[in-house]
Amino acid sequence: MKEKINRIISTFVPLPLENVDTDQIIPARFLKATTKEGFGDNLFRDWRYDKEGHPNPDFVLNQGVYKGEILVAGKNFGSGSSREHAAWAIAGAGFRVVVSSFFADIFKNNAMNNGVLPVVVSPEFLTEIFASAEKNPQATLTVDLPNQTICNNETGNSESFDINPYKKDCLVNGLDDIDYLLANKLKIEAYESGR
Amino acid sequence: MDKTLFDKIWDKHVVDTLADGTIQLYIDRLYCHEVTSPQAFDGLRERGLKPFRPQQVTCIPDHNIPTLHQDRPIEDPVSKNQVDTLEKNAKEFGLAYYGLLHPKNGIIHVVGPETGLTQPGMTLVCGDSHTSTHGAMGAIAFGIGTSEVEMTLATQCIMQRKPKTMRITVEGKLRPGVTAKDVALYIIREMTTGGATGYFVEYAGEVIRNATMEERLTICNLSIEMGARGGMIAPDQTTFDYLKDREFAPRGVEWEKKIAEWRTLYTDPGAQFDKEILFQAEDIEPMVTYGTNPGMGMGICENIPVVERIDEAGRISYKKSLEYMGFTAGEPIQGKTIDYVFLGSCTNGRIEDFRAFASLVKGKKKAPHVTAWLVPGSWLVEKQIRVEGIDKILEEAGFELRQPGCSACLAMNEDKVPAGKYAVSTSNRNFEGRQGPGARTILAGPLVAAAAAVTGVITDPREFL
Ligand code: SF4
Repeated sequence: MKEKINRIISTFVPLPLENVDTDQIIPARFLKATTKEGFGDNLFRDWRYDKEGHPNPDFVLNQGVYKGEILVAGKNFGSGSSREHAAWAIAGAGFRVVVSSFFADIFKNNAMNNGVLPVVVSPEFLTEIFASAEKNPQATLTVDLPNQTICNNETGNSESFDINPYKKDCLVNGLDDIDYLLANKLKIEAYESGR
Repeated sequence: MDKTLFDKIWDKHVVDTLADGTIQLYIDRLYCHEVTSPQAFDGLRERGLKPFRPQQVTCIPDHNIPTLHQDRPIEDPVSKNQVDTLEKNAKEFGLAYYGLLHPKNGIIHVVGPETGLTQPGMTLVCGDSHTSTHGAMGAIAFGIGTSEVEMTLATQCIMQRKPKTMRITVEGKLRPGVTAKDVALYIIREMTTGGATGYFVEYAGEVIRNATMEERLTICNLSIEMGARGGMIAPDQTTFDYLKDREFAPRGVEWEKKIAEWRTLYTDPGAQFDKEILFQAEDIEPMVTYGTNPGMGMGICENIPVVERIDEAGRISYKKSLEYMGFTAGEPIQGKTIDYVFLGSCTNGRIEDFRAFASLVKGKKKAPHVTAWLVPGSWLVEKQIRVEGIDKILEEAGFELRQPGCSACLAMNEDKVPAGKYAVSTSNRNFEGRQGPGARTILAGPLVAAAAAVTGVITDPREFL
């Protein structure tokens, strides 16, 4: 059973870069683990730390100014490799929602299968969120999954977002696809014998 | 009703449709490698489950394995643990396992088609984005995450939304010296890295019809680099000839029956795609990438784009990537000194790629300052290289053949390009650090790689034709 997602009000971490691929989210050399634990510490590893392993003071997660359960990133977040480790790293670092104007397909699925909600907003709304963060690092967002809305509490503007009702149901109830499929085994056997 | 190739296969695999349109899709074949499967097997154990249809699962370690001395234990303890874990899981659950030095070991996306495990009309998944490769055989094949690997192991099904469909048609005839890789890099440049997100792509047109099976595999392999869920090509005589008599291909009466079925797998003339794109073969020249995503490609004779040619939103990433690559806007890319050449990967690690590379380096010598890693995609490819005497040609030119695996494509083993060094690579991703921290990757086809390997600089291979 995964943690349920309902309504989240939180400050957020802005990452105004486009095409953040999964190799940046979690570099390949960290894929050697055989469990799901510990990936959060290496989220954005090569941006966060220099070659000697010292924190890079220019990187947003090291500045301590921006915190929260929500990550806001530029267009086409999570492109590249299908590694679910990217979702584990994001979940492991304490993020429950990722906001962008566009997500790569596999990442989106992986995120939802790990209790992380991807929220797609319009490019204008995204720009406004980044502007709010710049003005006020304490700015918050409200993500309301049952009502499918996201509100920039700094400006009061809100937008609704799409989510497939089946996935929404899973996230709200903390269930996953396997729970559903296992309950449907008879159908699978019937399908097989009917081929 | 007229149907697309995609729809014909998809519809046959729908077990159930939820009220909101989510589909329970039946999966014919699951491939597992060592990186994205351990947590899925753990999940099975935690739930007290066994694989639902073990005979439909094949496990092959490929990402971590060294390309030298595979007879010795893997040195890196963490890599060794992942490979051992896959073997242990396969044994425990009774799944086919082709480990190190097994004649069927190699990169899954090379082994699947060449052993006939991948067949037209199938649905096929793997915890790996380049699963799109198998679509070249006329199958629906796509990458999934580890949770979905667990689902497939447990139920032979996954929950999916039906993707939109796109047809990319390439008409005309390719110019001499232009390879399938160039076609793919050209398409990705035109489409951009996110341009096909949400779509399943069918490739069509004269260029595709005339392509060999291996060229088709290269093209479908790169579908994911423009964000597509997968790529596919209608099976035809080329496909059947390639598949016939392969180890797992059907035989005898069963083969005839299958062929008849596979011949119905094409897009009906009146079928509608959500999007249609048309390219002309004559516009394509040998390609290289200059930046840090596969969409940042350019014709080898062009100059590196200036910022004005990049759309506003992409400019920050563009500047960052030029800085990373150490390139200057507006300068030619030809003549740039390179340090490494990598021939291999699931994109270009097949026999035809080695033939192409060898045809260019034959009678020449490797540039002294270049380190070249020539890594066959599988042991079957390796064997063929020796049968054809390609290894001799390569040796005479100063190259050494390594043992099969993913190798420098993602540098999870020892084959890492050092920081700041330039690698001309026939793989599929030029992301920052992909081939090692700080490594600078220039993606290209096997001919461009060969030309760079003998001249030591980025060179138009057509000079040698
Ligand atoms: S060769 Fe590269 S892209 Fe292909 S499966 Fe291996 S790591 Fe992935």
